[in-house]
Amino acid sequence: MYSVTYHRAASLSDAAKLAKKDEAKFLSGGMTLIPAMKTRLAAPPDVIDLTHIAELKGITVSGKSVTIGAATTHAEVANNAKLKAACPAICHLASHIGDPHVRHRGTIGGSIANNDPAADYPAALLALDATIVTTKRELAAEKFFKGLFETALKDGEIVKAVRFTVPAKAGYAKFPNPASRYAMTGVFVASGKEGVRAAVTGAGDDGVFRSRPIEAALARNFEAAALEGVSVPSDGLMSDLHASAEYRANLVVVMAKRAVMAATG
Amino acid sequence: MSDVSLTVNGRQVNAAVEDRTLLVHFLREHLGLTGTHVGCDTSQCGACVVHVDGKAVKSCTMLAAQASGSTVVTIEGLSDGTGLHPVQAAFKENHGLQCGFCTPGMIMAATDMINRHPEGLDEATVRAELEGNICRCTGYHNIVKSILAASQAMAKGKGRAKAA
Repeated sequence: MYSVTYHRAASLSDAAKLAKKDEAKFLSGGMTLIPAMKTRLAAPPDVIDLTHIAELKGITVSGKSVTIGAATTHAEVANNAKLKAACPAICHLASHIGDPHVRHRGTIGGSIANNDPAADYPAALLALDATIVTTKRELAAEKFFKGLFETALKDGEIVKAVRFTVPAKAGYAKFPNPASRYAMTGVFVASGKEGVRAAVTGAGDDGVFRSRPIEAALARNFEAAALEGVSVPSDGLMSDLHASAEYRANLVVVMAKRAVMAATG
Repeated sequence: MSDVSLTVNGRQVNAAVEDRTLLVHFLREHLGLTGTHVGCDTSQCGACVVHVDGKAVKSCTMLAAQASGSTVVTIEGLSDGTGLHPVQAAFKENHGLQCGFCTPGMIMAATDMINRHPEGLDEATVRAELEGNICRCTGYHNIVKSILAASQAMAKGKGRAKAA
């Protein structure tokens, strides 16, 4: 690792002040940033630790409204009893990120700010039509996730929380890469008053996206059987040594079926 | 340089370290606690697992400065000093190791796993929970056996403590 200066932010205003330094990076759980720094793929001169800011932590379930603080770890999301009762799909998703040690450190805010094209949370937040609350504004997940490792976040802007309304039904299924446990394809489906949304991670060339053919089929009938014979185009899907675009296109349908089964099971 | 202050295996430790110092290097090189191993450079193998504030984490993926103010337990501090910790004993009895390199991380991960599953463990759960720990001898069979045995022994131990 190259030399770095570590700063621990005590508050969001403290973090904002520290962020004025050139090329400074915010550090949450560090499950992506620290490995990248170790291999010198990232070399920020300054890192600003956000995990000691009290207002970024915690989960609130109030009626149908869920708010998860940005510095809440995957393990905390996975095991929160109120959240499990309200929206078990997001707990299930969190319980399958990485491994137990990663889940003890990694956070939801860090994950979405990084927007890895194979990360799990972006699919959930896009399908749940979640609102991302930052230090500057509130924006819909659809506007927040821009592309590969790209979000709408501006310099110095920090994710404070994510907020969503609990849908009537939701489910997530992923085909994990056997080595990394990142999604080779993961599909989150949500069905509520506003209709059906299905978001796909791990498959798109440009990060998380909504699959319209899946949504259209499920809007008619929110059952796995409704997806029989549905196919999604392989255009714009990733091809790599793990899977071709065509294979991933098939996985989108298979994972969508499993997600619906989880949601309706 | 950062001033870090931690409790490691019950001992208060203060030191000035380079900010880029990883917790695992702080433990091994500054404190001489070489039981915690570095097996990979990619945060995958879990040989470096220690407990920070009671939770298993990869000490190679955390700066010492991030851990400042925390309580750390390493393999050296797991037992209370009077004998082996039940998980250590179970690894010994079940031959839960071959070359031994991954063992400290396995034992720290196993202890955390058992603590998080007071309802008990089954083989499938143990195997799924070992996701973050790699045994390059592929000696998983006896590792899983050891963890199941330790889980049972610790549940019985708790039962006795309650009865007493």
